[in-house]
Amino acid sequence: MRRHLQWSIKQLIASYSDGQLSPRRVTEEALQDALRWKTLNAFVRLTPEQAAQQAQDSEERYKLRQPISDLDGVTIAIKDNFCTKDVHTTCASRMLQDFVPPYDATVCSRLKQAGAVILGKTNMDQFAMGAGTVDSLYGPTKNIWSEDLDKDHWRIAGGSSGGSASAVAAGLCYAAIGSDTGGSTRNPASYCGVVGLKPTYGLVSRHGLIPLVNSMDVPGIFARSVSDCVAILNTVAGPDKLDSTTIRKPFTRLNLPEVGQIDLSTVRIGIPKEYHCHGLSAEVLETWSKVADLLECSGASVRQVSLPNTAASIFVYTILNQCEVASNMARYDGIEYGHRAADERSTEQLYALSRAEGFNEVVKTRILTGNFLLLKKNYDHYFEKALRVRRLIAEDFAKVFDSSAKEERVDILLTPTTLTEAPLYKDFASLTNRDQCAVQDFCTQPANMAGNPAVSIPIRLSRAGLPLSLQLMSNSLNEQLLLTVARWIEAQVEFDSLEHTQQYKASL
Amino acid sequence: MHYSIIRRLATQPKLANVPKRKWKSVVGLEVHAQIASASKLFSGSGTSFGAPLNSSVAYFDASIPGTLPVLNRKCVESGIKTSLALGCRVNEVSMFDRKHYFYADLPNGYQITQQRAALANDGKMTFPVITPGKKVYYKTAKLLQLQLEQDSGKSLHDDYLKRSLVDLNRAGLPLMELVFAPDLETGEEAASLVKELILILRRLQTCSCKMEEGALRVDANISIHQEGDPLGVRTEVKNIGSVRSISQAITYEINRQLETVANGGVITNETRNWDAENRRTVAMRDKEVLQDYRFMPEPNLPPLHVNLKPGSMSTEDLLSVAALSEEIPELPEDTRQRLVEQYNLNAETAIILVNEPILLDHFLSITRSLSDLPNKVIYNFLINDLLTYCNKLNLDVEDCSIKADDLKDILKSLHAELINLQAARQLVDLLNNNPKAKVSELIELHNLQQICSLDEIENLCQLAIANQAKAVQQYQKGKAKALFAIAGEVAKLSSHKANMKLVVQHLEKLLKPTNK
Repeated sequence: MRRHLQWSIKQLIASYSDGQLSPRRVTEEALQDALRWKTLNAFVRLTPEQAAQQAQDSEERYKLRQPISDLDGVTIAIKDNFCTKDVHTTCASRMLQDFVPPYDATVCSRLKQAGAVILGKTNMDQFAMGAGTVDSLYGPTKNIWSEDLDKDHWRIAGGSSGGSASAVAAGLCYAAIGSDTGGSTRNPASYCGVVGLKPTYGLVSRHGLIPLVNSMDVPGIFARSVSDCVAILNTVAGPDKLDSTTIRKPFTRLNLPEVGQIDLSTVRIGIPKEYHCHGLSAEVLETWSKVADLLECSGASVRQVSLPNTAASIFVYTILNQCEVASNMARYDGIEYGHRAADERSTEQLYALSRAEGFNEVVKTRILTGNFLLLKKNYDHYFEKALRVRRLIAEDFAKVFDSSAKEERVDILLTPTTLTEAPLYKDFASLTNRDQCAVQDFCTQPANMAGNPAVSIPIRLSRAGLPLSLQLMSNSLNEQLLLTVARWIEAQVEFDSLEHTQQYKASL
Repeated sequence: MHYSIIRRLATQPKLANVPKRKWKSVVGLEVHAQIASASKLFSGSGTSFGAPLNSSVAYFDASIPGTLPVLNRKCVESGIKTSLALGCRVNEVSMFDRKHYFYADLPNGYQITQQRAALANDGKMTFPVITPGKKVYYKTAKLLQLQLEQDSGKSLHDDYLKRSLVDLNRAGLPLMELVFAPDLETGEEAASLVKELILILRRLQTCSCKMEEGALRVDANISIHQEGDPLGVRTEVKNIGSVRSISQAITYEINRQLETVANGGVITNETRNWDAENRRTVAMRDKEVLQDYRFMPEPNLPPLHVNLKPGSMSTEDLLSVAALSEEIPELPEDTRQRLVEQYNLNAETAIILVNEPILLDHFLSITRSLSDLPNKVIYNFLINDLLTYCNKLNLDVEDCSIKADDLKDILKSLHAELINLQAARQLVDLLNNNPKAKVSELIELHNLQQICSLDEIENLCQLAIANQAKAVQQYQKGKAKALFAIAGEVAKLSSHKANMKLVVQHLEKLLKPTNK
C-alpha cells in the first residue's frame, strides 16, 4: 500500500509543499490503484486526462510555492449524480447513460477552484434510490472489508453513495463527494469504515446535484478522518446564488480544536431511546453503549432522551420520497436529453417507451406510487399528512436541542448509523428495495427530515472483521461541535480505515 | 358613437332564432400577461420576442438535470405593482407549486405556478364599457387571484414531414395569471375589461400587452342560465388573439349556447378554440380527458415573503410593498377624472383620449405648447380627424407616423386661419405618407393656404350665387339652411380652399339686402 495514504490531507499538502511528493505522482498512482481495484467497482468512470491536467497545474503552483488552497492537489472522487462539465454523469441509469452535462455542479466547481484533482465518477444506486449500491447500471459496488471479494461471499458497500465510500476506504482517493437523502452518505460510510458527513440542509449547494428528494438532498462528504472531512466541507460549503435553498448567512470555516484541547465537560450527549430499534445487532448495541460510557467517563453528561416520532419517520420518508421522485423524474422524456426510444409514432409512445427502457424497476415503482399519492383524492391523506408528521419529527429534534429547560437540553445525539455490519450481497439482494431501505435508513433518515447535520464515524471491527460505526447528530448549523465531538471519539477509538485484510493481502 | 369604438367592436354574424327572453349569460376571464422583464422568471436567459429558435434557453429552461430555479426579483416587483394597481391584497407569504402534465414543450414535466398561496388576492377592476349604439357605462369585476408562473415552450408541427419540433425560447417566460370572477355578462364587457387592463399594465410597464406576440392571452369561461337558476355548465374559449376577437368570440359563444338550448341541446363542459377567420368557436379536436395535475409544493423555492409594513424599504432579501406602491403611476381612470376636471372634457371624450394613449399624449403635449388654442379644437381634431383618418385606413393610431410637432403646426395654421379644416385633413394624409416633410412646406407645395382675400371671396360668392339660383331663391324666401348649399358651391369652386367663415359672412351680406 502507498505509504502516503496513511496521511491526513494536511500531511499530504505539507509533503507537496516540501517536495517530498508531487500531485502528479499521487494522481498517477491513484489512477493505477483504481484500475487495480476494479473488482470493487467503485468508479463508473475515471477521468485520467482531466485529472492529469489538474495534477500538473497543481504541481506548477507548488513549484511556484503558490498553492491556492489547503486542498490543492488532493485527489477526490465524485458520485455520478453530480454534474461534471464535459464528463458523463449517468446517475448509474440507462436513462442518462449518454448524458454529458454542459456545466459543473457548485460542489465540483468549488473543488476545482480549490485545485483538487478529480479522479472520476463513482458508482451508486440508480438515481440514488437504494441503500446498497446494488441497483446500478454498472453492477454492484463491493465492500473492500469483505472477507472474500470473489464468488458471492462479498459484502455490500452500502448506498446509495457506495462507490464514493468504497473508493475512500480502498485508498483510491483522499476524499469523495456523495449525496445524502435518507442516509446515502452515512450508510455506506458506516459499512466501509470511513467518516461520512451529511451537513445541515442548505449549508452546501445542491446546484448540479441531480435530485432525488429536493427537500432532503444534501451533498455528503467521505474522508478517512474528521479533519479531512472538515477540509472538504470548508471548501464546498456556503451560500450559492444558484441554489435558493442555501442558507444566506456567510459560512464561517470550521476550525476544530486539537484533540488534547477538547473539553467534554460542557457537552451534553443524548441517547434517543427510540433508536434502540427492532433489528439492531448486538454488536452495534454494544458499540453504542461503550462509546456512551467512554464519553461519560471523560466528563460529558450523557442521558437518555426521547424523539417520540422516530418510528413514524421511515413511513413519512417513503411517502415524501416517492412523491418528489415522481415529480423529479417527469423531466426524463427523451426530448431534450437522455435515453430516447426508437418508437416515434407519437409523442406519447415516445415518452412511454423511453421511460420504460430508461428506468429500472425501483425507479418505476416509486414514480407510479408517487403519482398515485399525489392524485387530488389522495393528496391530503398521504402527502399533506406526511408533511405534518415531518414537522413533528423536526420538532422532536428542536425540543431536545433547543429545550428551554436546561436540564433537558442536549448538544449532541449519539445513535447507531446502520443496524448491523455490512450485509452479504446475497442476503441483501434477496430483499426488496423497499425493505432494504426501510431497515437500512431507520437511524439515518430522521436527520434528513429535519435538516440537521449528522456524521457517521467508524468505531471498531465486528467479530467478522467488518467496521461498526455510530452516528452523531447536532442542531442545525452546529457542525463545529458535532465534528469536534466526532474528532474526540475518533482519537479515542483509533480506527484505521485502511486496515482491511484485502488491503493487506493485496500488498503482499 | 364614435367610429373608432365601433371599429373595435365589430358586429357579429347573426344566428337565427335566438331566444332572448329570460336567459342570462355569465362571463369570467382568465388573463395571462407576460411580465416585461429582461430575463425569465427562474433563469437568466433573455426574453426578446422573435429571437432565433432555441437561442434564449438557459440550462434550467431545458430542464437540464441538477439545475434549480432562482426567482427573478424584477418579476416579483412587477407582480406586486400590478396587484396594487388592481386593488389586490398582496400576501405576506406566497408559495410556488408544481403542476404536472406531460407535453413536449414542457421540459420539466411540470409548470411552476402558485396554487396554494398566490402573490395577491381580492382585487377589482372598474372600467368603462363601450357598446356600439349604447351609452357608455361602468362595470366592476372582482379579481380573485394574481399569481406568478412560468410559460411553456412552443411545439411546431410539421404536417408534411410528419414530425414535431420544439422551441424553448418561450419556456420559462414570466407570466402573471389574473383570474377574474364571472362578473361579466357580454362580450363587450369582456373586451372593455381587457382594454382597461391593457391600459393599466402599459402604464405600469409590467407587460407589453402585445396580443399578437402572445404577451397577453385571454381565456373566457362562458355559461348561460335562466334567471333565478344556478349557473349553467360553462365552456372555455381559448386562442383569442385580439381585443376585437374577445367581444366577437364571447358573443358568438353566448349565442351558440342559447341556440343549442333552444334546439333542445345540452351544453357540455368543454374547451373551444376561437377561429378568427370563420368567426366561430370550435370544440378542440382531441377530447380533453380530465387532468389531475398532481400539484406539489416546489421544494427548490423557499416561500416568497414580502414586507407589508407601511413606510418600510426594500432590502436585498425582502421587497417592501409600501415602497413599491410609491412607484405606481397615475392610472387610466385617474387620468379620465383629471381630464374632466382640469380640461373640462366630457366623460366620453376623456374615455376616448385615455383609451388611445397616443392621442392622450398628443392632446397633453399640444395643450401645453399651444395654450391659446381651445381644448375643444384640439381634441376634436385628434378624435374626429386624426383618429377617423387612421380608422379609415385600418391603421392603428399608435402606428401612424405623424409626430406631435407636426400636429401642432397643423393646428397652429388652422387656428391662425392660414388653412381651413379641409386643408388640415389633407395635411394629415400628406404627412402620413411623407413623415419627413414639414407642414409649412407642404402648405406651400400643395397650395393649401386658405383664400381670405375679400376680392377673391367676392368673385367666388358671385359665381356661386349665379350657379345656385334655386338655393338663393329659397334662402331669400326665409329658408336659412339654403345658405349652406350656396356656401358649398363656393367651397367646390375654390377647391375647398376658401375661408368658409368669411364666405358665409359675405354671402349673408350679399343676399340679405335684396331680401329686405
